[in-house]
Amino acid sequence: MFSFCTDPSTLPQWQWFACYLTTATHFAFYRSFLMVLLLLAITAPLALGMGLLGAMAVRSRIWPVSWLGKGYVSVVRGVPDIVFFMFVPIALGQGIEWVFHHIQCPDWDQPIRQGNDFIVCREAKVPPVGAPAWVRNTYAFGMAVVAFALVFGAFAANTLHGAMQAVPRAQVETAEAYGMSRAQTFRRIVMPQMWVYALPGLSNIWQILIKATPLLFLLGLQDAVYWARELGGQKTSLYTYPHPDWRVWYFLVLLCFYLFLTWGSERIFARLNMRLSRGQATAAGERMRKAAA
Amino acid sequence: MRSCAESFEAYILRALGRDHGANLLPRGLDITLCDQIFLIASGLIWNIYFAGLAILFGFGLAIAVAVAKFSENPWIWRPAAAFVFVFRGSPLFIQFFFFYSAFVLLPRSGIDIPLGFVTLTVKTSALTTAQVGGLVVLILNTTAYSAELFYGALRSIPKGDLEAADAYGMSGFVKFRRVVFPSMLRLAWPSYTNEAIFLTHSTTLVFLSAFPARQQSGEAFYYARYFVDQTFNPFVAYPLVALYFVGLTLAIIGLFGLMNRYLNRHMPRERRRRIRFRPQYIR
Repeated sequence: MFSFCTDPSTLPQWQWFACYLTTATHFAFYRSFLMVLLLLAITAPLALGMGLLGAMAVRSRIWPVSWLGKGYVSVVRGVPDIVFFMFVPIALGQGIEWVFHHIQCPDWDQPIRQGNDFIVCREAKVPPVGAPAWVRNTYAFGMAVVAFALVFGAFAANTLHGAMQAVPRAQVETAEAYGMSRAQTFRRIVMPQMWVYALPGLSNIWQILIKATPLLFLLGLQDAVYWARELGGQKTSLYTYPHPDWRVWYFLVLLCFYLFLTWGSERIFARLNMRLSRGQATAAGERMRKAAA
Repeated sequence: MRSCAESFEAYILRALGRDHGANLLPRGLDITLCDQIFLIASGLIWNIYFAGLAILFGFGLAIAVAVAKFSENPWIWRPAAAFVFVFRGSPLFIQFFFFYSAFVLLPRSGIDIPLGFVTLTVKTSALTTAQVGGLVVLILNTTAYSAELFYGALRSIPKGDLEAADAYGMSGFVKFRRVVFPSMLRLAWPSYTNEAIFLTHSTTLVFLSAFPARQQSGEAFYYARYFVDQTFNPFVAYPLVALYFVGLTLAIIGLFGLMNRYLNRHMPRERRRRIRFRPQYIR
């Protein structure tokens, strides 16, 4: 990175560190933090969408839909999350390959599961054979996103369902008295008001989601945990930057990163809560009305 | 191919190490369904060990931390609040990595603590094993989470109860033991039950992180992952381990429910607090 970095072994302390912390692998480490943020940014809206769909399904008056919603919520919430994070990507990957296999190689006569192997024809491999590394990584990342969205969608569905129930009954009855249909009532009355009830639960789920992101490592992605282990491990003098076992410092950085993330989001949620309480028929909303008057 | 009885004999205690059952785990095509059932079941030994001991130690520590956080002295509540913040604000998964790499750095021979007249040697080599080091991390983690629950309960003890205790002339430890502690426990118990459940579920992370599984003796999910790696078929081992965990969860709800009944025995029936299973697994 810097011009003086050509021979690190002769450098004084601070220059050595300046060079060490700007190596290519360190930039990969820094980028992996962005990957965590990217995962959060993609997963959170997806999970919220899944949650909204799930909650609406649970409320539905068509019983197969309502059963589907209830089944989804209780199955995902009743099984340890980590099982889901490991299960969904493999199962989904095999499912996709199975479907492609049947579309593209209809005249394949051998069974797909041979003993302990899962064999599909060459054309059905996803990602395709010989795909560049970034395609593979994106695919693995996408699988992780799906797993996260499924699990957290169920959490969110539960919270949102509770929030929809919590909207004061009188409000819904007034809407009905005005002759609004069920859909209209939902769109105009329930939807705008439910968020203040949902927010504490959603902020909880968000915190849990943040703390679940290091599990990406288990899915074989090169995330922050991976790089912390790689970079922190002892480096002998064969390396350009030899150092003893520094993993503890790298994990300390990770720990602080997550602490900062949870602390920051706690503050943001507190402000959001204040904002959403404005004009609501709740104790907090009433207090704000009185303070203003 | 092994019969079911043979796999039972070979693997039901395998999680305790090589001396208890078969030397090697089943591999590749040799894996039968019974192998998966019994080996994963044997892993539960460690799940119960970690969860049981962590709850046992964590309970006492959590009460101490909660009382400290509730204190009015900033020299006492600030450290307690910081402890709770650090352990609740960061992922358990990272905590395992951090503490493992810290424990590895400790000198193998132990640390000498000179006490003037005698030198105390603290054995540190055990801390790099999952059975001790992993347990320490779990204890610290559950202490923080339960301390927050107990702290919330302490804050919501009815004012009248405390005034009544004052009126009876109780103070200090007597007041705590007879009035504050029972109320706090009763108020916090339903959420503490959930905490016990989450803790049990998070014991699956111990061997997934840095701590090594010596002689391939791990917990249930470690074996489930082993089987999926071997057979490349996630549809047997993962549902099995999920089923076992549902069983464990029900057992915890049952046990803690008994305690809940005991704690609420003086309350009128409709004011008793019910335990509601509200899982939020990741910590």
